Amino acid sequence: MTQGEIVAGCLAPHPPHLVYAENPPQNEPVAEGGWEQLRWGYERLRDSLKDVEYDAIVLLSPHWQTYVGTHFLGLPNFQSLSVDPVFPNLFRYHYDLNIDVDLTKRIHDKAAEAGLAVKMMENPDFRVDYGTITTGHMFNPSWDKPLVVISSNRSRDYYSVEVMQEMMIELGKVTREAIMESGKKVVVLASNSLSHRHFTTESAIPEDMSKEHITSHAMHLWDMRMIEYFKSGQAQRILNEMPEFTEQAIAESDGGGLSWLLSTLDTPTYPATLHGYGTIIGTGNAIVEWPERQHSGAVE
Amino acid sequence: MTEGRLVGSYIVPVHPHTVLVPEQNEGWQRLRDAFDDAAKRIKDADADLLVIYSTTWPSIIGHQIQADPNPEWVMVDHDFHDLGSIPYSFNIDADFAEAWNAANEKRGLKSRTINYTGFPIDVGSVVALKLLNPDNAIPAVIVSSNVYANRAETTVLAKSCLDVIKATGRKAVAVTAMSLSNRMFTAPIEPKDDKIHSLKDDEWNRKILEFLGEGRLEDVGQLSRTIHKQIRVQKVVAFKPMWWLSGMNGNRNNLTGDVLAYEAIHGAGGAVVHLDPTASGAGDKEYDEDDVEFFAGERNVLDAEDHVDSDNSAPLPDEKTSSGPALWEPTTQKGSVNSEAAPKPVGMYPHARKVGDLLYLSGVGPRQPGTNAIPGGPINDEAGNPLDYDIKAQTRAVIDNITRILEEAGGSIADVLDVTSFLVDMDRDFAGYNEVWADTLGKVGPTRTTLAIRALPTPIAVEMKVIARAPTTE
Repeated sequence: MTQGEIVAGCLAPHPPHLVYAENPPQNEPVAEGGWEQLRWGYERLRDSLKDVEYDAIVLLSPHWQTYVGTHFLGLPNFQSLSVDPVFPNLFRYHYDLNIDVDLTKRIHDKAAEAGLAVKMMENPDFRVDYGTITTGHMFNPSWDKPLVVISSNRSRDYYSVEVMQEMMIELGKVTREAIMESGKKVVVLASNSLSHRHFTTESAIPEDMSKEHITSHAMHLWDMRMIEYFKSGQAQRILNEMPEFTEQAIAESDGGGLSWLLSTLDTPTYPATLHGYGTIIGTGNAIVEWPERQHSGAVE
Repeated sequence: MTEGRLVGSYIVPVHPHTVLVPEQNEGWQRLRDAFDDAAKRIKDADADLLVIYSTTWPSIIGHQIQADPNPEWVMVDHDFHDLGSIPYSFNIDADFAEAWNAANEKRGLKSRTINYTGFPIDVGSVVALKLLNPDNAIPAVIVSSNVYANRAETTVLAKSCLDVIKATGRKAVAVTAMSLSNRMFTAPIEPKDDKIHSLKDDEWNRKILEFLGEGRLEDVGQLSRTIHKQIRVQKVVAFKPMWWLSGMNGNRNNLTGDVLAYEAIHGAGGAVVHLDPTASGAGDKEYDEDDVEFFAGERNVLDAEDHVDSDNSAPLPDEKTSSGPALWEPTTQKGSVNSEAAPKPVGMYPHARKVGDLLYLSGVGPRQPGTNAIPGGPINDEAGNPLDYDIKAQTRAVIDNITRILEEAGGSIADVLDVTSFLVDMDRDFAGYNEVWADTLGKVGPTRTTLAIRALPTPIAVEMKVIARAPTTE
């Protein structure tokens, strides 16, 4: 069998505001635009990959929060209505997505062999979380690629950022191995923001961009520091500073997505491409691509 | 209409095992039996409203209140999806939800109602309503747990809920859907192997339940931050339902408690507890923080334990300390009566003075002891610009202050004989003032004179001068 390949790894945040602002037919609320900097960033990411062939998208969402191990969507198709429990005024999305159950099972089984607690989610009534839907839509609005959807194990909440990261690095390694052994070409997505301190109020017009900015200067400094590491190929340094970043920027990296992504990419030393940065109700969000396909050393 | 009240409070666990598979573990079945017992007690209490505060519905933009009259869907737990699905169709009191939302805004809280088809009602609320209200006979309302809310905000949320319960004459039951210790096993286990995650968690749970069994709810509320640090997964949601529930019960410590069951659910501490408002005879305890009536503080997720809620101890924009005269310590002479629970005088005089069989009170306004805040808001800002204010809230606060002074003297509001009231805007405020009077002092029956005056020393709209019967001293 041909060896699989990770064609790209991406930081692809999921605030539902982005889907709301796009006005896709699947989403019920209607907006007058908003958060263009980030939406243009997603456009640049999509452009970057439009001529790249791949078979599946592997995505870890911090909004499918599991406390009893790591879970995987395990049925071929999910269709339903996703209503964001926090911003239901913005996000009521009718989804229809396909799962690459074969690749899912490979990653699940390898994780189990490595000693991680894992479970397949095979209840047809299960509603897919809005983080998965938002990132899935913004990255691939046509939904023409099957997904592997991985839950966010909340080991950071139970133990520490360090323990979370150990587990996510292990999960990243087995994810990479399973992809290589599958013979498939894959994009991996970590669906999380950077700094994650929200405003606690919402303007009367949610998409009023005159009200949008980072919550605090400290959050901005942390986001810029991380972006500098992305752009200069210092993935290991990101992992090293993850405990401080996660604590001080209340970062959504607490869900493990960023650590998992960097591990899946084998801790890249080449520069990533920053496609966009912007804030959403005060949280910091970057759209970043590691073009793994362009780095021969990436394929083992 | 009779004033509404809370007829009971319950603490119930959130995980779906008690609905879907109680038979798989003896402890889960005991919790289920306790739920059934609680449902019967609620029915026997003739409750006509269930108010659910759920820790498994986090919110960011203030508090959210479910207002879909009939939400229907199928709930599947994010972790325990292999146990099955829970279809639900609930009877929500949308009118109450809207009224609570309005009351929240009146008390300075950020709040909104939710009415969207397919909104995912959280597992804690689904479990509570399925088991406590199996035939949907009692209308319910559900409120979220704001991840950034501190104690002051959560307490005010309870007060605004009580405002509506009282005003609408409801016989309400308050429910917190929550775990005690919430550390679960991080890997799947066989049902027969379930137990509390650690001995330390079990010991803390039992201490909490000892307090609750004695009706000492406010004690648990005061320990909330410590409990969260000791036995809870370190998320921002914290152990705040105890703040809300204690607020719903007037921050009392002498309720009648009954622990119906305590068991493990995948390692977490699950308990069904009934708290009856009937006084148990145990000693009560003072609320240990500023008793905030209106919330105007910035929510601060970074609150540290040593300065939590400090933003609410300072004067707040809507309840600013008077910019008027300086405050004085009440004077002490023969027969004077002064109360720590009443606002400080604005001159050299006591709160009250006893002469013979009568007690003469100095003019009493609505300012709050400690904060000097004015419920209902000041009538003007520091520059003298008029502000909108709530005369009913001010009048209620005046009567509360009178009550505190009379209680300090060993009497009660029932001892009031004669009242002279002063209003700064008779045309605007008489009706609201009169309405509160009718609900309170009007039922006591003192004589009354109401005067219009140009101003009072602080930016308040109402003040009362009281003569009361002095308590008999042996």
